[in-house]
Amino acid sequence: MANIPFNALVAMIAILSFLGVATVIQVVMVKSNPSKDFTELRQRITSWWWIIGLLFIFLGIGTNAAIVFFAFISYLALKEFLSIVSTRQVDRSVVFWAYLCIPLQYYWVSIGWYGLFIIFIPVYMFLFIPMRMVMKGETEGFIKAAGILHWAVMLTVFSVSHIAYLLVLPEKNVSAGGIGLVLYLLFMTQFNDVNQYLWGKSIGKRKIIPKVSPNKTWEGFIGGVVTITLVAGFIAPYLTPLNHLQGFVAGLIISVSGFVGDVVISSVKRDLNIKDCGQLLPGHGGILDRMDSLIYTAPLFFHYIYYLYY
Amino acid sequence: MNRFFKVLFVALIAKPLVLILLGLNVIHREKLPQTGPSIIAVNHNSHLDTLVLLSLYPLSLVHRLRPVAAADYFLSNRIIAWFSLNVIGIIPLTRNGSAKRDLFSDCHKALDNGDILLIYPEGTRGEPEVTSKLKKGIYYLVKDRDDVSIVPVVTHGLGRALPKGEALLVPFNCDVVIGNSLDNKSSPAELVESLTDSYKELLLQCLTYHEHD
Repeated sequence: MANIPFNALVAMIAILSFLGVATVIQVVMVKSNPSKDFTELRQRITSWWWIIGLLFIFLGIGTNAAIVFFAFISYLALKEFLSIVSTRQVDRSVVFWAYLCIPLQYYWVSIGWYGLFIIFIPVYMFLFIPMRMVMKGETEGFIKAAGILHWAVMLTVFSVSHIAYLLVLPEKNVSAGGIGLVLYLLFMTQFNDVNQYLWGKSIGKRKIIPKVSPNKTWEGFIGGVVTITLVAGFIAPYLTPLNHLQGFVAGLIISVSGFVGDVVISSVKRDLNIKDCGQLLPGHGGILDRMDSLIYTAPLFFHYIYYLYY
Repeated sequence: MNRFFKVLFVALIAKPLVLILLGLNVIHREKLPQTGPSIIAVNHNSHLDTLVLLSLYPLSLVHRLRPVAAADYFLSNRIIAWFSLNVIGIIPLTRNGSAKRDLFSDCHKALDNGDILLIYPEGTRGEPEVTSKLKKGIYYLVKDRDDVSIVPVVTHGLGRALPKGEALLVPFNCDVVIGNSLDNKSSPAELVESLTDSYKELLLQCLTYHEHD
């Protein structure tokens, strides 16, 4: 644990205290209102303890352990995505190759090979998947199947691996390090989800995208954007190389793109006529239901700081 | 059957495999029978079906779950036969119809013992993700007993992960939907009909099922 930079450690303790307070509030709510069913809230908080506990343990062990952890997250997300969409039986071996791109992609991350990390999936997997499918020779449904498979690895492997690459960037803020960047991105993304929900719930009126998410409102969206922009700007110098002003922009990017990721996955679910993508995280749904915003925020935040500092 | 081997197998192989290489969406887990005598009637797409059902039970109960399996298939090879009988604890059933009279004697023995039988009414795995016509065997097994509940269960997705005739397991999340126990067992045709209806209805609750499949 000695390798965790001081500011990152403070952030971890703050997040754990946050969750501790939420747990206490939930226990009090259950005690004071025994007739109401709080199962979902309780499951949700328990799942958060698991997510955050595992994340912190792997971040604490070291960079490579954390990279393996994110690779495993990509695996779970890819498996979930491929399970809810339809795949052709003939493409089973192609799907197997799609899984194999996970260890490769995260290997490029671990050795810090930026050039290959950034083109491996968008270029090489893009070219490889249809080629492997052609070798099977089945042309019926070919276009749709190729599109689904490549989209799947882009969403769940390419996007998510940007979180891991934050860990191998040269340290520009030594008191926070790569862990600081990861915590900043993850916290801001999830805090944005919570804020958009809370703002929408308390003052939401005008629907923003009723065909996709009838509960999302302009008030929730704007409330979230303003809150996250301010908080992100305030915290940025502690956890990232960004100054306050650049932090405001980072917050703006995270909150707007987090919303987009959320509604993109919502559209996927609506198309498939399902409410959740899975049951991996009780109270949340599947792993994609929790990671939807991150699919957008991770690459955008990464390229923002990459452009400014690397 | 050796209970120790079975617990070990479920704990070290079935549960981790189902958790990591597959991933389950279990719908209405509370309807799964916890005590016998009862029958779980599940559609059959893959050898994984049995592993998945075993993994749904706590280790203290796995010895109660007895898959009824084709003798001609599972007893044909000595190693598979030993594994099926001693580790999984299958109840072998003759499929060719020659030994009609005592066909179900082992099944009755297990039911009397309070076990939960796992029966695949399709009789075979068949085409991946396609439910074949159901057989009537369950009716003849339960017609003289009124102590047995029949719980329909639908799995979906396992035929994608490991279909018949394939050796490569490709990870996919799978659905397991547990239905209400059947009450219409008055004739073979009616039992098959209510089971078929129940399968159709349960299939619609699957996360991984698409109607155009």
